[in-house]
Amino acid sequence: MGKARSKGLARSATATAMAKARNNPFEVKVNRQKFSVLGRRTKHDVGLPGVSRSKALRKRTQTLLKEYKEREKSNVFKDKRFAEYNSKISPEEKMMKRFALERQQNFGKKNIYNLNEDEELTHYGQSLADIEKLNDIVDSDSDTEDRGALSAELTAAHFGGGGGLLRKKTVSRQQDEDEEKPKSRKELIEELIAKSKQEKRERQTKRENALELTEKLDSDWKEIQTLLSHKTPKSERKDKEEEKPKPDEYDMIVRELGFEMKAQPSDRMKTEDELAKEEQERLEKLEADRLRRMHGKEEHENKKKPKHISADDLADGFILDKDDRRLLCYKDGKLDIGNDEEDDSKHEEDHDNECEEDKSEEEPDSKDEDEDAVDSHSDLESGLESEEEAISNKREKKHQGNEKNLQSEEGQKAEREAGRDELPYTFSVPESYEKLKSLLTGKTTTQQLVVLERIQKCNHPSLAVGNKAKLEKLFGFLLDYTGELATMDPPELKTIDRLVLPLYKLCQMFPEAASNSMKFVLRDAAHDMEEMIEVKGRAAFPGLDLLIYLKITAILFPTSDFWHPVVTPAFLYMSQLLTKCQVTTLQDVVKGLFVCSLFQEYISLSQRFVPELINFLLGILHITLPKKQAQGYTLVHPFRLLGKNSELLMVSDKKDMESWQKQNLPLSIVTRLKESSKTEMNHFRLSCLALCLDLIKRCGALYGSLSSFHEIVHPIRVLLTEHIPVSDYPKQLQELHQNVLKELENKEKHYNPLVCEKKKPVPLKLYTPKIVKVLEFGRKQGGSKEEQEKKRLIHKHRREFKGAVREIRKDNQFLARMQLSETMERDSERKRKVKDLLHNLATQEGEWKALKRKKFKN
Amino acid sequence: MAAGCEEAAGAVLRSRACANRVLDLLAGPLPPEDAPLPDGCSAEEQYKIWMRHRYHSCVLCLAELMGHSSFEVKEMSLCTLMKFVEVEGEHPLVKAEWKGSFIFPRELLKLVVESLIPCEEDSSLLISRFQEYLEYDDVRYFVMKAVTENIGQIMQKTKEIPLPVYQQNVFSLISSISMPSRKTELVNFMVKQDHLEEWKVSKLKEHKRAFERMWLVFLKYKLPSSLYKKVLMILHDSILPHMNEPTLMIDFLTAAYDIGGAISLLALNGLFVLIHQHNLEYPDFYKKLYSLLDPSIYHVKYRARFFRLMDLFLSSSHLPAYLVAAFIKRLSRLALTAPPEALLMVIPFICNLFRRHPACKVLVHRPSGPEDLLEDPYVMEEEEPSESRALESSLWELRALQNHYYPDVAKAAATVNQSLSEIEDDISGLLELSAYELFDREVMKSTTDVPLEFEQVRGLFDKKNDIFAEYFALD
Repeated sequence: MGKARSKGLARSATATAMAKARNNPFEVKVNRQKFSVLGRRTKHDVGLPGVSRSKALRKRTQTLLKEYKEREKSNVFKDKRFAEYNSKISPEEKMMKRFALERQQNFGKKNIYNLNEDEELTHYGQSLADIEKLNDIVDSDSDTEDRGALSAELTAAHFGGGGGLLRKKTVSRQQDEDEEKPKSRKELIEELIAKSKQEKRERQTKRENALELTEKLDSDWKEIQTLLSHKTPKSERKDKEEEKPKPDEYDMIVRELGFEMKAQPSDRMKTEDELAKEEQERLEKLEADRLRRMHGKEEHENKKKPKHISADDLADGFILDKDDRRLLCYKDGKLDIGNDEEDDSKHEEDHDNECEEDKSEEEPDSKDEDEDAVDSHSDLESGLESEEEAISNKREKKHQGNEKNLQSEEGQKAEREAGRDELPYTFSVPESYEKLKSLLTGKTTTQQLVVLERIQKCNHPSLAVGNKAKLEKLFGFLLDYTGELATMDPPELKTIDRLVLPLYKLCQMFPEAASNSMKFVLRDAAHDMEEMIEVKGRAAFPGLDLLIYLKITAILFPTSDFWHPVVTPAFLYMSQLLTKCQVTTLQDVVKGLFVCSLFQEYISLSQRFVPELINFLLGILHITLPKKQAQGYTLVHPFRLLGKNSELLMVSDKKDMESWQKQNLPLSIVTRLKESSKTEMNHFRLSCLALCLDLIKRCGALYGSLSSFHEIVHPIRVLLTEHIPVSDYPKQLQELHQNVLKELENKEKHYNPLVCEKKKPVPLKLYTPKIVKVLEFGRKQGGSKEEQEKKRLIHKHRREFKGAVREIRKDNQFLARMQLSETMERDSERKRKVKDLLHNLATQEGEWKALKRKKFKN
Repeated sequence: MAAGCEEAAGAVLRSRACANRVLDLLAGPLPPEDAPLPDGCSAEEQYKIWMRHRYHSCVLCLAELMGHSSFEVKEMSLCTLMKFVEVEGEHPLVKAEWKGSFIFPRELLKLVVESLIPCEEDSSLLISRFQEYLEYDDVRYFVMKAVTENIGQIMQKTKEIPLPVYQQNVFSLISSISMPSRKTELVNFMVKQDHLEEWKVSKLKEHKRAFERMWLVFLKYKLPSSLYKKVLMILHDSILPHMNEPTLMIDFLTAAYDIGGAISLLALNGLFVLIHQHNLEYPDFYKKLYSLLDPSIYHVKYRARFFRLMDLFLSSSHLPAYLVAAFIKRLSRLALTAPPEALLMVIPFICNLFRRHPACKVLVHRPSGPEDLLEDPYVMEEEEPSESRALESSLWELRALQNHYYPDVAKAAATVNQSLSEIEDDISGLLELSAYELFDREVMKSTTDVPLEFEQVRGLFDKKNDIFAEYFALD
């Protein structure tokens, strides 16, 4: 208590000193400002050197001097209060424990004769009993004075007891007394309370006055307003509102209605032409974007454009909204696939459940869509394709259209089948791959699709917070699942074919997660291959699942980009497949050709050069040759001129040659080669050869524009013209062979000497000053954030360092001063003592002499 | 049975060690066991003679055990025999013929070496165990001598019949010999001798001679090609420096260089050392080097090694421009079949050649040349670089590689479009680049923006103009 007061007093003392100093112009040092800046707060415009010096001195005497004085003392003050420096225990607990300890200490030592005495209760270290007594008195006093009791003045005025003179006297005496002796604490408090109350009263009266005035003003205004205008009722209502600000129910409704969205004029419905045009524009933009990426141009334009993905996302959201609605009218137990076309058919099915009519109705629909597809493709490719290709496109589209129809029919049947099984309408996203697998196994393909679609719908990212992460995981699981389907025996490729759709959708929703999981798959595969090469020295082609993954990559991502986070690693991986993997069986050949076809597809738009592809095709052609008289071409790894597998694709049986018809290679032979007859095997071989030739033809078409095209295909041409036994082959192959040769040789030979691009002239160095925009005065400009931070820290450090040095210097000065004063004191003490002694001696001497003189006298 | 042998071996080891400590075996020539003992020899002498015979048979038995099927037994007998060698060195069984002569149990060591390199089975494990004894300088010296002798004997015996296993064993033994490089390092001897300075074994020159002879004998006979490669791999840094006369290897190296293919590539390194440090003059060296360039150089394992040497050979600025141009043209022609990791290396390599030989820059910059040629003037088939007309050509190959699918390659190839900077690229980091590293680097790149395919899918093979739909079926 006392300490606190002393501190307070000290502070007040410094405050008063400062105030004094401020008032005294000789104590003030004014830091002159060169420019006065508006709005800037100046902290250090006035310095008070005297005050600050005295403050510093005080501080030193309190700390440094104490230390100095106690420098040779080894006594240490130990704080033995329980857990004083233990921050782990909460204060309440600490108090409890201390209290318990105290009780324990006191327990035994209690005065045994004093039975009544209980321990003293305290509050803030003071006995409660004392406080009670004291407080009671104080409170009652203040209360009485406040409420019931009359003030001295009042009594004096009313009752006139004692007269003015007497009162004055008493007052003056009282004042004298007050001045004479310092006020007690109680009195001080009383004074304070009285003061604050007075202030309060004054404030209240003021407010009342103001209110009265405003009321008066208002009433006046009303009177005038009636004269002025006819809007009075409104103002009146406003006043009323002001008076009772509690919101009315009616008001609330009115507000709500006011804030509610009003029906805004919407755009008119777009006609089909417009829609088609918009779609076309969108596609054109996407295509332009793709081309830009293909040429590997820098991204600076990209930022201005709205993101590629976002456009897709919008489209997605729209479809999904629709889907949600469809989910509601799902009670017939019919299923759908997710195509708009089938959506239409769905509605029709709802109306009349006959399916034959549906088909007839649906066919035009699908045709329409096919035509649309044709349109869009032609839009995409119009600049790139020649007429011939366009024709082939059309043919193919027809073919596709037929297929489509077939598919949709199949789909409908499957739908009906699946409709019978009751599938639950909501699914949670599977947390692990096993869960997804158990969810999907045992169901038909269509059912699996429905399940996946429902999972997506029920857990759309807009519905709940965690859904995004869950669905992102789902992509990975689904990818694993496709891989497993591909590794099955026989592989369920039909299912994979359909599963591509949900994969595509998920990929459109979460491009990053999709790319990451795809990269993960590729990395694993490459890692496995690397390990195998390290252990065995050679690698084998991977399973069908990886081939399928690579194919899916081409479906999900644009393969024509100059650089793409997924496609470029896929390219490198495929390149490794073609250069490192041994070709030992017919399956390897099929796998290799599959990879070649993948390459072909990847580069079909960008027309990039793939040396591995040419090498591999040359090798494949080489292993079809019967006699090894390789001349004019050299093979590279993994093919060898001679060796175990150098006649892998050779067909010697004439009958088999003649009976061969072009057939599609079933992918299932990749996982398991059926024990088929020799003829079939030979047919497989011929099909492989046909594929190889076709690939070469396509390569020829793609690379025709390359500057050294003829050098690139030279070995293949040599092999095709000189070594291959064309005459033995079936007609179809002979034709193909002719076409290939035509493709390879018809290219014009243009060899223009290379010329370097002209260097841009280097601009002369100019000595114009560098002009930097100053954004904020007083702050150092330039540099990045880190640099600025660093500069700031360096500056701070330097300042602190200087300050510390100054402080140390001052400390030393202070200490020196102290030591000096100590020695002076000691010296003066000694001088005083010496003087004393001399004085004593002198007096003694004097006395003695006086005595002596007396004696002499006597 | 194996365990029995092991025990026997262990027991022998112990007993032998004890016996040697306690007894002095008969020194000097040993009479045959069944010969009648000379008269007048004491019982003690008789005992000694008998003991010596037992020791001899024990050694033979141990040598036999070195061919045992179990590795532990082999190892144990090897260690025992070497222990014998050590002890015999201390207590020689042969009397010193004259004062100051040096005695080493050569016969015993020969026996050990003989059983270390059997003709039938691979004994590389045992040889690696033997390594620790090769640390002793004297053991090493005598092992080298013994090997030399052994090879001569064995090869004499089996004329014309190649012994791949034997040669493999010999190779693993002699390639594990690490020679000291300075005389001061010759301090570690198994058998301590009194007058070391006079002993042959303490001289580095003798060591080198033994080493040289051993290798020459080994390389005299025809080697299987895998072994050939292995020898060539270590030739330049662990054989040539330790020979007294490295020029003796010229025949071997030139023969290897003429074989062609990977062996030639490997022989290049040794040949370079000879040319560089020992004044070997190799006629038509560059022509030969030029003919070595074929598509496989980008695919073989020794690519890094080969290109490092190529870099060295072509670094001289005194080479004629036609030669360098021929090299450039051939390298880039071959690059049309190269994998990306090799391309990443060879394109800067070619750029470096341009920087060193500015006269070749016409290959990429010919502002006033004949327009619209019908053929590439360069003749790929020509063996002679001077006849290849490379200087008349241009690097259309690199122009083609600017369309490569791997973006880094395309970028690297595009540098020839601009005029080159003066400073050479550092290709040392690119030489060892492997396809897997490339892949890993690519996969680890992180991006925020993943472009997507915008064409709607219908199925796995349903893209437009899909080659898959034409040739593959989803069955």
